[in-house]
Amino acid sequence: MTNGYRYIGKDTARKDARDIVTGKARFFDDIKIPGMLYGKVKRSPHAHANITRIDTDRARCMPGVRAVLTHTDIPRWEWGMPKHIPILDSKVRFVGDAVALVAADTPDIAEAALDLINVEYEPLPAVYDVEAAMQIDTSPIYAQFAHNTYPDEPPSFEPEMLGHIRIGDVQKGFDEADFTIEDTCGYEIFPNPLPPEPPGFIATWETPDCLTVYTPSQSIAQVRLIGIPFIGMADIRAISTQCGGSYGTKNANLTPMGYAAVLAKATGKPVKVYFTKEEHFHSYSLRLGSRVRARVGIKKDGTLSAISGVWMVNTGSGSESGPLQIAVGLGEVQLVLRCANWDLKGKLVCTNRSPSGIVRGYGGQELESSILPIIGRAMEKAGINPVDFFKKNSVKPGNGYFWREGKWWTYRGIDFNTAIDKGAATFGWKEKWKGWGKPTAIHGNKRIGVGVGVHSNADVGEDSSEATVKLTADGRAVVYCCVSEAGLGQRSSLCKMAAEVLDLPLERVTLSPPDTQLNPFELGLVGSRGTYAVGSAVIAAAEDARKKLLEIAAHRFKSTADQLETENGKIYMVGRPDKKLAWHRIMGVYHSVTGEGRFEPDYSLCNFLMTFVEVEVDTETGQVVLTRMVNATDAGQVIAPKVLEGQLHGAFGSAGLDTALFEETVLDETSGRMLNGNMVDYKWRTFADLPDVKNVILETPMPSHRFKAVGVGEIATSPGPSAVLMAVYNAIGTRIASYPVTATKILNALGKR
Amino acid sequence: MNTRQNDPEQERRTIHLKVNDKDYALAIGDTVGAVAPSDTLAHTLRETLGLTGTKISCDQGSCGACTVIMNGKSILSCMTLTIECDGARIITIEGLADPATGQLHPLQQAFVDNSAFQCGFCTPGILMSTKALVDQNPHPTRDAIQHALSGHFCRCISHYEVVDAVCQATTTEGDHD
Ligand code: FES
Ligand code: FES
Repeated sequence: MTNGYRYIGKDTARKDARDIVTGKARFFDDIKIPGMLYGKVKRSPHAHANITRIDTDRARCMPGVRAVLTHTDIPRWEWGMPKHIPILDSKVRFVGDAVALVAADTPDIAEAALDLINVEYEPLPAVYDVEAAMQIDTSPIYAQFAHNTYPDEPPSFEPEMLGHIRIGDVQKGFDEADFTIEDTCGYEIFPNPLPPEPPGFIATWETPDCLTVYTPSQSIAQVRLIGIPFIGMADIRAISTQCGGSYGTKNANLTPMGYAAVLAKATGKPVKVYFTKEEHFHSYSLRLGSRVRARVGIKKDGTLSAISGVWMVNTGSGSESGPLQIAVGLGEVQLVLRCANWDLKGKLVCTNRSPSGIVRGYGGQELESSILPIIGRAMEKAGINPVDFFKKNSVKPGNGYFWREGKWWTYRGIDFNTAIDKGAATFGWKEKWKGWGKPTAIHGNKRIGVGVGVHSNADVGEDSSEATVKLTADGRAVVYCCVSEAGLGQRSSLCKMAAEVLDLPLERVTLSPPDTQLNPFELGLVGSRGTYAVGSAVIAAAEDARKKLLEIAAHRFKSTADQLETENGKIYMVGRPDKKLAWHRIMGVYHSVTGEGRFEPDYSLCNFLMTFVEVEVDTETGQVVLTRMVNATDAGQVIAPKVLEGQLHGAFGSAGLDTALFEETVLDETSGRMLNGNMVDYKWRTFADLPDVKNVILETPMPSHRFKAVGVGEIATSPGPSAVLMAVYNAIGTRIASYPVTATKILNALGKR
Repeated sequence: MNTRQNDPEQERRTIHLKVNDKDYALAIGDTVGAVAPSDTLAHTLRETLGLTGTKISCDQGSCGACTVIMNGKSILSCMTLTIECDGARIITIEGLADPATGQLHPLQQAFVDNSAFQCGFCTPGILMSTKALVDQNPHPTRDAIQHALSGHFCRCISHYEVVDAVCQATTTEGDHD
């Protein structure tokens, strides 16, 4: 499409493409620091136990071992939200929790030393279910959290944080309802987003007060931001390597950093801690467990009149970011379920499962996947088609909502109904939808059903961002913005935006390395903020640099800055392109020109995605196959077409749609062990199994920044799970209210077992 | 490859590899730079030879990240012991582009053109399997491509772009339809 832009909306090779396809890209395990030691973790076989004795003598004496640490050897540094997760403790809280740490000359020696550590435990009763955990009144998992429930107090950085949606009068709303539904639905499968590269940190103390860390990160500045209070307020320089996938998990999980930091302190050497795949499965971030008990009032015309209830969030053995995920989830649900009367409260609870944390979808996917099946029952009562329902009840210009920081915002963006209509037409929704609980078609044993899910997010303008752009005399530009590359292509997209503003060849625009020492503050590529929030800061910095340059040039041209243009590193007067002066003639070879840009949070714009799915259920075997998916969105303006398509294809993976079909972690409740914590037993989508997929991406200019775009890639995983549940119901006519829809559940539902 | 050495005892204790057309003779043992009997080929390539383009993800033979080509076949280097590879010809991701000009292999170029990766951690392994496939079958169908790559974990879901890229690199007048 021709949009008048030089790069925006056009496919350009990612800046790191060559490095990726030649193996030159430096991921975490490709980095070595001279003198580096290797850290390993002794882990608990118990789900909940007090440590009564640890004998480390034999391990300490092993040749090549440089340090062995237990909870009595280290400071009690804590992280998490609220701060409560220690590096090591006198008790263990899940199978795979850390008990002791070893640093040695080689990974093999460190590993061997772990076997020489003897630990005695006093096992304690363990709890895995969210409601059972809330009922425990003696000896909770953390002494400070009675009933295993985290306090309602908001954190200091967000004093009004949303933890409870209270709008209007729910009693009145239920009185006005034509139908009322009460139900409970859970999305409690604790799937692992499972980036291919496990998490890791190298830590080295440059001085007693300054820690340098290298880690594959999605948001390297967060490591510094939340890491400093974690390690007793020492300074941190955080550097990101190329990141081999994150999907949210490599943002704020400081577990491996704590291990590396204390081992580096004890040995005076750089220490690398790199999780094995097994540790990655058992002892890192899973998706939050979510259970909603709700009452929903609906009118005959599909108007929601009241929603009340409680959202119980099971964060496993520790909360990485639970309160903020609840806040964002509660914000997001208002964007897809417009309703005048709300009383929905979030509750954050810990259990003895492996820890849960930040995963793509960030609370919203968890809440939607639990509440939308209940809303679906209400739609069925009212006899309304779900596509019509979401067209009516998704956010429209002028609608208001409470966002995560507790303030009321009014949406000022575009109407997404056109995207819904285009998506529905592409999918063939009208022809395929036969009514609630009714199959689209029956072919022998095979029943076809269709469903839809939605997600919308006002985090496109989340948090602050800073950037600078330096123009050099040789006609190049460097963007300084603290952005790491975890697969989103955003480092390249930001260069495109700067190149577009400066009218420079893309090869002459580079982005600084992701290092907190070199760059101004930029929170990181969390949520969907890359395009609008981060993009705005970069655009502003490039515009500022351009303006400063042209002001200097104005003297030379004896004109005003607005009569001048710059193109490919040369300046000319508008209408006189024949008389060009190169930048070095303007600024002099001993100078550079730097512009600054800043973005402040703006929650008045949203993104939106509707996912249409078609499933085929085999009533003999119980097998459910996804045959077709259409994603429909409006991105305002696409920056990098193939990159966006790829992210939308990501809907299946990283604990997304496939959590409704086959992904889950399976827990043995007698031992607390995860039974499928390896890549053979954990199910994932292969190349052999690719459904027909189509992305419908509209470009209706969005009032964001000069390129009229908002980010949408992150939310691809979110609408899928509830859409699949809906489609399966329609295929077989019996409702399955839990994830994933395994063959056993289908056969049970059909009365065939 | 030179297999004639003077000291047969020493010879018995040496592993010869030809990696990306370069010959290596590695002593067996546990000194620095030697190959320990327990070393996997993935470990030797990355840690001993410094060829870190080969990735290790699961280290247990179930994700395909560590795939390299040995004697013309794609293999999982995390499941292969280096001491079993004496005399092997190995190609890794570092050996795919033209060594003299640096020009990308057509498959690599197609991956670049199609953005056939997101995080890129799975990409070296996928490229090596693809190379092994097209060496055998220069014009594979979409099905054959999907089948050949079915052991590769790509969590970002770049599958569609990967299959498109391989088709693009191997098409002669629109087969694949
Ligand atoms: S690393 Fe070798 S198969 Fe996964
Ligand atoms: S591109 Fe990230 S796993 Fe394949």
